[in-house]
Amino acid sequence: MSTPTLEPTAEDVRERQIYRSFGLTDAEYEQIAKRLGRLPNYVETGIASVMWSEHCSYKSSRRILRRFPSAGSQVLQGPGENAGIVDIGDGQAAVFKIESHNHPTAIEPFQGAATGVGGIIRDVFTMGARPIALLNSLRFGPLDDAHNRYLFGHSVAGIGGYGNCIGIPTVGGEVVFDERYTQNPLVNAMCVGLISHAQIATGAASGVGNPVLVVGAKTGRDGIHGATFASTQDPHAKERSAVQVGDPFMEKLLMEACLELIATGKVVGIQDMGAAGMTSSSAEMASRAGSGIRLDMQKVPRRETGMTPYEIMLSESQERMLVVMQRGEEQVADAVFAKWGLDATVIGEVTDDGMLTITEGRQIAAQLPVALLVDEAPVLTRPSSRPAYLDALLPGADAVVQASAAGDFTDDLLALLAQPTIASKEWVYQQYDSMVRTETFVRPGSDAAVVGVPGTAKALAMTTDGNGRQVYLDPYAGGALAVAEAARNLVCSGATPLAVTDCLNYGNPEKPETYYLFERSVDGMSDACRAFGTPVISGNVSLYNETAGVDIYPTPVVGMVGVVADRSHITTSAFGTVGARVLLLGDCNTPLTDGLGGSEYLAMRAPEQKLAYALPAFDLTREQAVQATCLAVIQAGLVQGAHDVSDGGLMVALTESAIAGKCGLAIDFDEVLPRTDYSAAQQAALLFGESPSRIALCVLPSDIARVRDMAAAHECPLWDIGEVVASPAIHVRLGGEQVVALSVLQAETAWRGAIAQWMK
Amino acid sequence: MNTAVLQFPGSNCDEDAVKAITQTTGKPAELVWHTAEDLSAFDLIIVPGGFSYGDYLRSGAIARFSPAMSAVREAAERGAYVLGICNGFQILTEAGLLPGALRRNESLQYRCAIVPLTVVRADTPFTSGYTTGEEIYIPIAHGDGNYYVDDATLALMEQRGQILFRYAKEHNPNGSVDDIAGVMNERGNVLGMMPHPERAMHEWLGSADGARLFASILTTWRNAHEHANA
Amino acid sequence: MDAQYKAAIHVTLKASVLDPQGAAVTKALHALGYQDVQDVRVGKFIEVALAAADETSARDAVARMCEQLLTNPVIESYTYELTELTV
Repeated sequence: MSTPTLEPTAEDVRERQIYRSFGLTDAEYEQIAKRLGRLPNYVETGIASVMWSEHCSYKSSRRILRRFPSAGSQVLQGPGENAGIVDIGDGQAAVFKIESHNHPTAIEPFQGAATGVGGIIRDVFTMGARPIALLNSLRFGPLDDAHNRYLFGHSVAGIGGYGNCIGIPTVGGEVVFDERYTQNPLVNAMCVGLISHAQIATGAASGVGNPVLVVGAKTGRDGIHGATFASTQDPHAKERSAVQVGDPFMEKLLMEACLELIATGKVVGIQDMGAAGMTSSSAEMASRAGSGIRLDMQKVPRRETGMTPYEIMLSESQERMLVVMQRGEEQVADAVFAKWGLDATVIGEVTDDGMLTITEGRQIAAQLPVALLVDEAPVLTRPSSRPAYLDALLPGADAVVQASAAGDFTDDLLALLAQPTIASKEWVYQQYDSMVRTETFVRPGSDAAVVGVPGTAKALAMTTDGNGRQVYLDPYAGGALAVAEAARNLVCSGATPLAVTDCLNYGNPEKPETYYLFERSVDGMSDACRAFGTPVISGNVSLYNETAGVDIYPTPVVGMVGVVADRSHITTSAFGTVGARVLLLGDCNTPLTDGLGGSEYLAMRAPEQKLAYALPAFDLTREQAVQATCLAVIQAGLVQGAHDVSDGGLMVALTESAIAGKCGLAIDFDEVLPRTDYSAAQQAALLFGESPSRIALCVLPSDIARVRDMAAAHECPLWDIGEVVASPAIHVRLGGEQVVALSVLQAETAWRGAIAQWMK
Repeated sequence: MNTAVLQFPGSNCDEDAVKAITQTTGKPAELVWHTAEDLSAFDLIIVPGGFSYGDYLRSGAIARFSPAMSAVREAAERGAYVLGICNGFQILTEAGLLPGALRRNESLQYRCAIVPLTVVRADTPFTSGYTTGEEIYIPIAHGDGNYYVDDATLALMEQRGQILFRYAKEHNPNGSVDDIAGVMNERGNVLGMMPHPERAMHEWLGSADGARLFASILTTWRNAHEHANA
Repeated sequence: MDAQYKAAIHVTLKASVLDPQGAAVTKALHALGYQDVQDVRVGKFIEVALAAADETSARDAVARMCEQLLTNPVIESYTYELTELTV
């Protein structure tokens, strides 16, 4: 017989400052002790510390997050629940959320990314919704580094391993490579679900005496203090035992069982056990209902022997849910879960004392006011100061890039197409099942993914967007641009944007400069969300993405969902109609003065200068005019293809459209820009600069007059810059000479094969 | 034609198969839980794709012991049509209803793409709507689709005409022996294939070529049925 | 009284069947400088705890488990070691 290790006493916790190792400051510890009127014991200290961790309490960000618009007539559920919900008409709604799993991925990329996907799926089906699509937004260091390739390859495999098994199509997302993410990769996973209004479930533990059940997997020692470790600066210092292992098969059964259970109407409240496991799920459920919860740890089904209440409460074992049933209806849960071979175990009940009470049999192991854990968590006002580098940026037009030796831009275009950030992400998305459920109208690789709404003529379009380098160079405009680009992608697919979910990835918020970038970019996003009428309905914050004092770029990622009113409006980025004209919505000549600031082209040609120049100007009113025109002409049936101009600029956008359409392009700027004395830098800026608010359209000659009229009505500039041709080559004339001549096959080979080449 | 689509814990292409049958016959297929012991009411049984039992141990290894699979064996013996798609194909090989086995893809990666197939035989109940040698496009989505069979069995299968689909030249996505994508039993009423015909029912899904597979089965069944009734 | 046994079962692809994981690991080991590595086979390790009357019946049970479920005889082969656990 071994003697069980005794937990430290309440006095030990104080004397030996054990609370510090849980992440509590001296002041926070004293605040808790004062509120309790006694010293918290070891279990209570553990519970309070995870609830007050950055990850659970959002203490650094909460004050700023209030700036986001979150209301709108379409909003059925705003922030604060497991996921947000927007009305899509006909009694149906879209449920969605995005969430980060950055720190776990840095340590164990396969499981870190996989459990990120598992967690976000649970957030959506917890609301009663059937998950119908997954997207993910990824950032890694450059692929010339073996460790970055390992992180990238295993993250992708983990994402696929989870989503493929559970049978939810992964339909879109983005991948960006930059050395700023070398130590701190970002994995943000988004899930979209469908629900009828009548089926909406929430995570409130109401009704005194109602039974509280734990359902799904058994509890083990995995991931204890994971939430705390997500908020520390050096995730690598934490041993790997804290990493949770996902079981998508279990989650598939859990999802089917939960949806079946919610459909019975006997569920009072249901909540996923994510970060901080049973602790945060029980405290949050009680908090929403203004009630209390009493849980008996002896009743929790365990996977390992000898677990203490502390370990059970803080375990982050995956694929578990906390469910409050109507009293007397426990057997309904039993029957449903038994069919799926799962446990549903009553472990406690709802109380009216406002306390979270944890017992071990009859003995109280911990008792804390719910309000202390949830509402009274610190809200910090962090110091904010504008970083000096922002005022030292040079005008974008001053970026001088020499023409390549060949005298034209063909080689530059080819090289740009092979940059991993720009290249086809086929290597990634071929590892994802994008077609299961047979509703995927637009598969990965276009501007936005489009998924049908069964039983209707409607479809949902969805995208994730974010450009950390742009936010770094101009936090306000960069934040606004992330929202604008997401909306532009939806509009290009024929959808009306509805709402936003955001994943806010930043460095160490204790640095005033980092905090400034956070604050200003949230302001930019908020103003853009107001302009597009897309409130923020859910989201997640990931701070401390920092290694050795170096932060990641401030990287807010915008997940946006829109509704396509009629499937006939669905438009892709392919330009495949020979004889059609190539039109540009937005300004054709501003790039000449905007220059190359913030562009992938500058990063490729002059890496040491990529953070030296200001971004092109961004005008929200112009952006709105461009998007309104694009949607109107698509809905009028006048568009064969539409592609937004973003990473890599106009030439990359046009080349991608030609590749997708299996056609050639003859682009001629001589008529719209008749000068012949452009400098090499100006030419490069026109071809590859990343001035915002531009969309390339493919329009039949017979429809051009109507498109012109509609653009004029929206006061949107429109330029006719070329033609779709049968001969499979891309030719561009600018300044009176040919500046690009490239076969589509050559372009496609460079673009399609680049990532696979690195990952061989 | 009465169609059953089996459901194992972890199946996830079951609903897609029901949709494909509904579109083909105008009548929905019945979802049948893996505990069912009697499938005598059905003319066609589809063992759908997905990750039955998480694909733990080996893809299809655990599902094949379910009661429904014993019923599938009986149904095959009485001459009902059995179609195993993806994980369903893996289950049928594990159950010994079809020869061979499915290994990890040669690339060691899961692969989802619309791939070209060659129809090897168009004179079977499953392929009568195609023409021999025709190239069709059907999606694949699997990590364990690398078909293996030893040389002697392969020669026998060739001789008996048991190979119905091959990946088109230069398009073998997984390393399968002899580019094999779909095989039939000797009697000609059980087909297993890694590609998903139920995902190729409309041009807007990327291809409508899968629809003819289901139509072929229906036509064959109708002919036999009307003949028997005549 | 039945005795307690532990069977340590090793499952590998048959020698005649190409092992893509093994090939990938061989390549990776070569890249790491282990030039002397000639072949790698990747397999599965399964541990089964069971009660049986004696060693013969334990062996018989383990062999049947392997053939019925734990391996696919079309592509896999197995070996195992049986240990009697002393309580």
